[in-house]
Amino acid sequence: MTLVDLLQFAGNALLQNRRRSALSLVGVSIGVVAVVSLTAIGEGGIRFVADQFSSLGASVVIIAPGRNETTGGIPRGIGGIPNDLTLRDSIILERRIQSVRHSVPISVSTDTISFGQRSRNVPIIGATSDFQRLQKLEVASGQFLPEGEADRGDSVVVLGHTVAKELFAAGNPLGMTVRIGGWRMRVIGVLAMRGTQLGMQVDESVFIAVATSMRMANRSSVSRIMLELYPKADPDRAIEQVKKLLIERHDEEDFTCISQDAVLESLSSIIRTIALAIVGIAAISLAVAGIGIMNVMLVSVSERSAEVGLLKAIGATRRQILGVFLVEAATLSMLGGLLGLAAGTGLVLLGNQLYPAVDAATPIWAIVAVMILSLGTGVGFGVLPAWRAANLDPVAALQGH
Amino acid sequence: MIEVEDLWRTYEMGGHALHALRGVNEVIEDGSHVAIMGPSGSGKSTLLNLLGCLDSPTRGQYKLAGQDVAELSGDALAEIRLHRIGFIFQSFHLVPRLTALQNVELPMIFAGLHPGERRERAEVALVSVDLADRAGHRPNELSGGQKQRVAIARATVMGPGLLLADEPTGNLDSRTGAQVLDLLGRLHDEGRTLVVVTHDPGVARRADRVLVLRDGEIVRRVSGDEVTDLGSLFSSVEDADKVSEQAVQKVGR
Ligand SMILES: Nc1ncnc2c1ncn2[C@@H]1O[C@H](COP(=O)(O)OP(=O)(O)O)[C@@H](O)[C@H]1O
Ligand SMILES: [Mg+2]
Repeated sequence: MTLVDLLQFAGNALLQNRRRSALSLVGVSIGVVAVVSLTAIGEGGIRFVADQFSSLGASVVIIAPGRNETTGGIPRGIGGIPNDLTLRDSIILERRIQSVRHSVPISVSTDTISFGQRSRNVPIIGATSDFQRLQKLEVASGQFLPEGEADRGDSVVVLGHTVAKELFAAGNPLGMTVRIGGWRMRVIGVLAMRGTQLGMQVDESVFIAVATSMRMANRSSVSRIMLELYPKADPDRAIEQVKKLLIERHDEEDFTCISQDAVLESLSSIIRTIALAIVGIAAISLAVAGIGIMNVMLVSVSERSAEVGLLKAIGATRRQILGVFLVEAATLSMLGGLLGLAAGTGLVLLGNQLYPAVDAATPIWAIVAVMILSLGTGVGFGVLPAWRAANLDPVAALQGH
Repeated sequence: MIEVEDLWRTYEMGGHALHALRGVNEVIEDGSHVAIMGPSGSGKSTLLNLLGCLDSPTRGQYKLAGQDVAELSGDALAEIRLHRIGFIFQSFHLVPRLTALQNVELPMIFAGLHPGERRERAEVALVSVDLADRAGHRPNELSGGQKQRVAIARATVMGPGLLLADEPTGNLDSRTGAQVLDLLGRLHDEGRTLVVVTHDPGVARRADRVLVLRDGEIVRRVSGDEVTDLGSLFSSVEDADKVSEQAVQKVGR
């Protein structure tokens, strides 16, 4: 008896009870759809996050004021003068540390920007010209912030796409003067539309020189310092050097220094953990589907006991009868798996149409795993019914009990 | 050759023993035609199932072609049922979802024959039972007589030397029943051993030898020619009445 014979026989038997077969098949499909779509979302999410962090080829180190709470340090300002991150820190980091290509101080505040009658409350991002490359900002017209030292404070502004549209409608903002807070600024550039991005709404923001931003907000410190390292630099070593230098300047470790790679890694691992947990739940739903298959097969065996008796009477061995019913269960679960794979893939494609930002795609490992799992479900849960069929007493079975 | 010695088959029924067969002794030569008669519950089917290696005796010995069947493994018994024995049942036992041709192919699937050969042999077998034109029909599209002929084609397709039929005409009217009996007779004439369980004296009359069972024992052995009516077969009038009543009921259905 070949596999083809077994499959033919199984297919025939399953077709005889279409509705019951379909129901248990759908049970498996649901589990498989869950695995296929959830892992796709997980992988898409990881890729989305990775894209959000600039992929310059160079790694980026971010310095924020304050000790990371999780390290259990003393709160800032206790037992000493608070040492915020300053423009000076940024300039010295770029000059003294070899592996730092550019140091970008960033100061974030919010204020009202107005032109004529129109005004709008926006995030004001103070930065330097290098910020453009670091964040891969695209200029639609004009230019980004001019090159020069960080402490240079021109009164110029670059508008995000939405801000420019709201203030100037169809008009050309370049060269026009807008008011931000009480300050007059000349528009020197407009950014291209960016869409939502993790942590920063580029389209809704305006960009000015960091020194100007600090003067406007009457601040002496910056919110962040972003360090762009040379492509071949070792981020861990760079972080060590940065820490040493800043501790020297501040007399204590009153800042947090993390590499972008580390952030990306931990975010990815969180997403992956969540995805795996969900896949675990989906696997449980497959097991439930397996119990469904087992039930269907048990009913089938008892309904078809006369057939089993006949097969024995015409010379089928126990092993052959075991094979007949195992293949039947496996066919059910495998078809359910394939159906679920098709439906899940359809769902993922549909999701990608609706949310193009997350490019979801089911990883190959998940497809292979879920197919093996659904085949295993059928075989595993088919063993008991098949065993029962193979061990039926042929005389009693032929009499129908 | 079939040699049966002191064959017992006992069922445990809720504590007390029910003896379906009590010490049957019989020798059936190759090529002979034997009928088994007896009232309902006398052990006819039990004996036939034992002869067909579907069941094993509680006590006693069954030798098939000199081989003690008790010494054989489950697979070896399946092999015997596959190649050397053909079963024919009162209720046909065709697989309802399969066509006539597929039903006839079934034993050859378990024998591992190639699809091409299977098909060819099944077609030949259907021709020999005069059902070539019904090959693609499912059992529910066939009459009772046609179903039984498909079952006979299935029982003979592997070329067994021993045919065991348990009331093969029990569900048929007398005309189609006669066709089935003619077919069985022809298969016997071709050299097969034929053992038929029946209630019908007309069926028994065709046999070389008739075994009469009562309460699990062979109470009489007569030749087929001696079977004129049921009364001549059974020692007690009650038995004869019971048997004839069943025969009438069967035909009446
Ligand atoms: N599986 C079984 N369990 C218990 N008793 C059985 C079983 N099969 C048959 N019997 C009993 O054995 C006796 C003989 O049965 P059977 O051989 O079927 O009789 P027949 O075929 O002559 O009508 C009957 O009393 C029947 O009730
Ligand atoms: Mg019987």
